[in-house]
Amino acid sequence: MTASPVDVIEPAQMPATSRGGRANINRLGIGLWLLLTLVALVALSTPWAFGEVTLSGNVSAPRWAAGNLQLSLMPPLWMADQADMERAQKAREAKQYVPAMLLGTDRLGRDVFARLCAGSVISLSLGISAALVATAIGVFWGAAAAWFGGRVDSVLMRSVDVLYALPSMLLVTLLGVAVDGFAERALGDFAPTSRQVLNFFTMLVAISGVGWLTMSRVVRGQVLSLRERPYVEAARAAGAGTGRIFWWHLLPNLAGPVAAYAALAVPGAILSESFLSFLGIGIRDPLPSLGNLAAAGLPELNLVKGRWWLLVPPCAVVAFALLTLNFAADRLRDRLDPALAG
Amino acid sequence: MADIHASVQARAAGQLLTKPVLEVADLAVSFDNASNPGAPRIQAVAGVSMSVFPQQTLAVVGESGCGKSVTALSTMQLVPSPPGRVDRGTILLEGTDLLSLTEQQMLSVRGGRVAMIFQEPMTSLNPVYTIGDQILEAILLHQKVTVEEAIERAINSLETVGIYNRLKERFKSDAMALKRGKSELLDEYPHRFSGGMRQRVMIAMALVCQPTVLLADEPTTALDVTIQAQILELLRDLQRSRGMAIMLITHNLGVVAENADVVCVMYGGRVVEYAQVFELFDRPMHPYTRGLFSSIPGLQHRLRRLTTVEEVTGNPAEFRKLPGAERGVIPWWPGLPKEARPPLESEREPYCLHEIQPGRWIGCWRTPELAAQGSRRPELDYRRDS
Repeated sequence: MTASPVDVIEPAQMPATSRGGRANINRLGIGLWLLLTLVALVALSTPWAFGEVTLSGNVSAPRWAAGNLQLSLMPPLWMADQADMERAQKAREAKQYVPAMLLGTDRLGRDVFARLCAGSVISLSLGISAALVATAIGVFWGAAAAWFGGRVDSVLMRSVDVLYALPSMLLVTLLGVAVDGFAERALGDFAPTSRQVLNFFTMLVAISGVGWLTMSRVVRGQVLSLRERPYVEAARAAGAGTGRIFWWHLLPNLAGPVAAYAALAVPGAILSESFLSFLGIGIRDPLPSLGNLAAAGLPELNLVKGRWWLLVPPCAVVAFALLTLNFAADRLRDRLDPALAG
Repeated sequence: MADIHASVQARAAGQLLTKPVLEVADLAVSFDNASNPGAPRIQAVAGVSMSVFPQQTLAVVGESGCGKSVTALSTMQLVPSPPGRVDRGTILLEGTDLLSLTEQQMLSVRGGRVAMIFQEPMTSLNPVYTIGDQILEAILLHQKVTVEEAIERAINSLETVGIYNRLKERFKSDAMALKRGKSELLDEYPHRFSGGMRQRVMIAMALVCQPTVLLADEPTTALDVTIQAQILELLRDLQRSRGMAIMLITHNLGVVAENADVVCVMYGGRVVEYAQVFELFDRPMHPYTRGLFSSIPGLQHRLRRLTTVEEVTGNPAEFRKLPGAERGVIPWWPGLPKEARPPLESEREPYCLHEIQPGRWIGCWRTPELAAQGSRRPELDYRRDS
């Protein structure tokens, strides 16, 4: 094919994106595919990991909580030797609970794989919901500050500054303790299940209670710049009221940066949950989370008998989740930016 | 064409057309000095009066910061407050004082009876909504019509600003395709339109509710010359057919000469000269106006360098060229040294707008003689015939 020198590329023939043809190969982005895979895997494992199993007699427990002390610290199936197999066989004959042991068992004889699945569900859902709550608070707070301006702005943003100045881990810990104590006083002694639910919500409150600070600053800045845009003035000149301008003209323009930042907040929330649980002030045993699974696995990693299957899987899941979520958030940001999108 | 004849007849019959539709009287607007809280407020507009008649184009000219836009924004009550504040004055729209209306009442005036188009067509449309959505919003905010009717009106309105001309050419023989194309255009986002098209959309939005007054704040500054001419011609046509009054704010004296009926020259928040367009261009009286005109580069004269406004207004001889200078009519000028000023009746408000000859107003220093004469607010019921 020879092009004559006068040939001109029609605008319609040019690549749709400014980043060249490569972006066209996979418009969804590898990060989003990996993320979808992760979410699908976690979701698929939920019924199994949370399913009830019979321990002995008529006692039953969810799979992630069920354990058999006779079978503590079993290695993963493919590493099991003769002695391990005999232990399992003996338990089976005694009509005791025998975990699947795909990734071995922990010190209390609980199935590591089941706990890993349940922990992933808990950590991911906590991360996502904390990011959502943080986004909601942050958007409201920042938008209110920028919209009303003046004294309201000062009060709202100075309170954000003060909260920023406190170490966020201290804040999370304090919030966690406060919620726990409050629940204890209000509800008295209550069932372990509700305590676990409360534990989850405490973490939700604590993580989102810190996460919204950055969001509120992002949103305030955005609203401050958006409200000075000519189209806002034009809308005002067309007779649109304040409420209409806020809901109809400002918020939709806010959606891009907010969505991108919220997507980045999800891995952040997962990381802080894992970190807190690793320190023992987050999700508490027996409820599994990626953080406290890793914390439980760390002391088992000694030179005499390195039980890596307790530590490596939760760490790998955290790493994979953070990586894919960051990829996906990056991708989302690019897609929502009109200058980069096609 | 029929509309023009109708208007001529109406004018001959003296029907209502002699009453200004928009009257700004002694308007003063000031702003907080944010960078220096102790300093006095910045007086953006200091006692401006002007009036616009139906079907008339009043051009407001002057350099940046002279208060043109603030005057227009005050009419819409769009001056942000704080920092802005209207110190005094009235703005009468068909007899009602806009400044006394509540925010709620203003909502129906804005975009309804008074519409405004802005300088930046590229950014005056909300990027996240289709142009159809935005025109529908303008209609539904002011008129109680069904969505179907509103769509109809939106299409009609885009029709009048000539958005569909290209489309009509393409589907000359296919009426169905043309109709489909017209409504499909409503679903396009602003970024798909060129600057001229967007400005047309803005005008369509402004005109869709049939306003009596259109405030055009530098509507063509961001456009290239050919589009500029098209847009101005379009505005003129629409003005003719609808009897709309236009306040045209611009820097461009060429645009003024081509389009205006009456010109209001502003400087430093005051009106310095107010006259019929041809008279003003033929014989500018106020030294500032002369300075403004002499700073236009011309092709005829080979100049080493351009004249600046200051060179004219800094020259005391210029101030004596005014008819009536011997009677104490000295043009108002902020930098005029005290000894060059006429003896003033009072130092507190030394400025007044004086009708130096019928239909011609000059901003000047108020002497006891001038104060005794009294003054009429500038209003000039003149429309050029073209």
